Amino acid sequence: MSRNDVLVTADWAQEHLGQPGIVFVEVDEDTSAYDGGHLEGAVKLDWKQDLQDPLRRDFVDKSAFEALLSSRGIANDDTVVLYGGNNNWFAAYAYWYFKLYGHQDVKLVDGGRKKWELDGRPLSKDAVERPATQYTAQDPDLSIRAFRDEVVASIGSKNIIDVRSPDEFSGKILAPAHLPQEQAQKGGHVPTAKNIPWSKAANEDGTFKSDEQLEALYAEQGFDDSKATIAYCRIGERSSHTWFVLRELLGKEDVKNYDGSWVEYGSLVGVPIEK
Amino acid sequence: MCGAPKQGGTLAGIDLSTQTVIQGQVWHDGAPVAGAYVRLLDATDEFTAEVVTSPEGEFRFFAAPGQWKLRSLAPVGRGERVVEAEVGLTETTVVLE
Repeated sequence: MSRNDVLVTADWAQEHLGQPGIVFVEVDEDTSAYDGGHLEGAVKLDWKQDLQDPLRRDFVDKSAFEALLSSRGIANDDTVVLYGGNNNWFAAYAYWYFKLYGHQDVKLVDGGRKKWELDGRPLSKDAVERPATQYTAQDPDLSIRAFRDEVVASIGSKNIIDVRSPDEFSGKILAPAHLPQEQAQKGGHVPTAKNIPWSKAANEDGTFKSDEQLEALYAEQGFDDSKATIAYCRIGERSSHTWFVLRELLGKEDVKNYDGSWVEYGSLVGVPIEK
Repeated sequence: MCGAPKQGGTLAGIDLSTQTVIQGQVWHDGAPVAGAYVRLLDATDEFTAEVVTSPEGEFRFFAAPGQWKLRSLAPVGRGERVVEAEVGLTETTVVLE
């Protein structure tokens, strides 16, 4: 796996719009962005409505994922090219999610919506209909997903990477600052976690930094290549961005995303917290 | 949730006795700029949040008391503004050049 297998440029995306065997998928939490204009032919996935269980805090299960992809006209052998707003946070989350359910060929558009818009590239408001497929998912690959007990057990032994902003890491604020600061959980971070904000891995236009810059970034922050790694943020989408960097761009071994993240950890009774 | 909510609109439902709200508009050439990207950077210049302005060029952040920098990027240009925020409402304008 290398950068060219998992990341495409906006130029590449524009040249490959409408090509058979390639499905562009926009992933956002607020899908009004898609409705206001999307890449020609791209289908949309709503992070919350489509990818989260409507009742419990968890993913949709395998059969629901199969039904979702079938209805969007995505086939097992399609190349899925993801992009979205928020510097590709939710697109990176979907990338991780597609990998969890075993989709073979998934890519991200470098820079997502932001770069696309800043470049002034064309957006379409046309409704997109693709013929339904019979999608078959694999059982979830839990080698890339961490749960709370593993996080607690990893304190002091694995690389635990807190990718939130420094002010969230310190407990000064409890959520990214575009959201009201009223949360049930305690402020702070998992003991021994290193704060390497997701944003340090990205340029201002939302594209990823070069492999050399990324290697240097994590090395400077004391990332230990000999250890397994767990990344977390608040709800698991920014840490998907870092998971993508560590595992897919840099090829680190044994990297998991803890999607329970601070919303779960900061609400657990009895676990240690540092501030 | 982490997706940026709709920008602008009323402050109804926001408790200004506890929240530190930083809001305003992005302007260029004497007019508000819709669809501009606005980042909130902390005292060390690190990214804290980013939103896209409303059709009226509005943005809003929920921060904490202290110094913050707003940096806006749009196809027409870029701009910055440093603000000192207290609990309650801090309003400002970022001009793109």
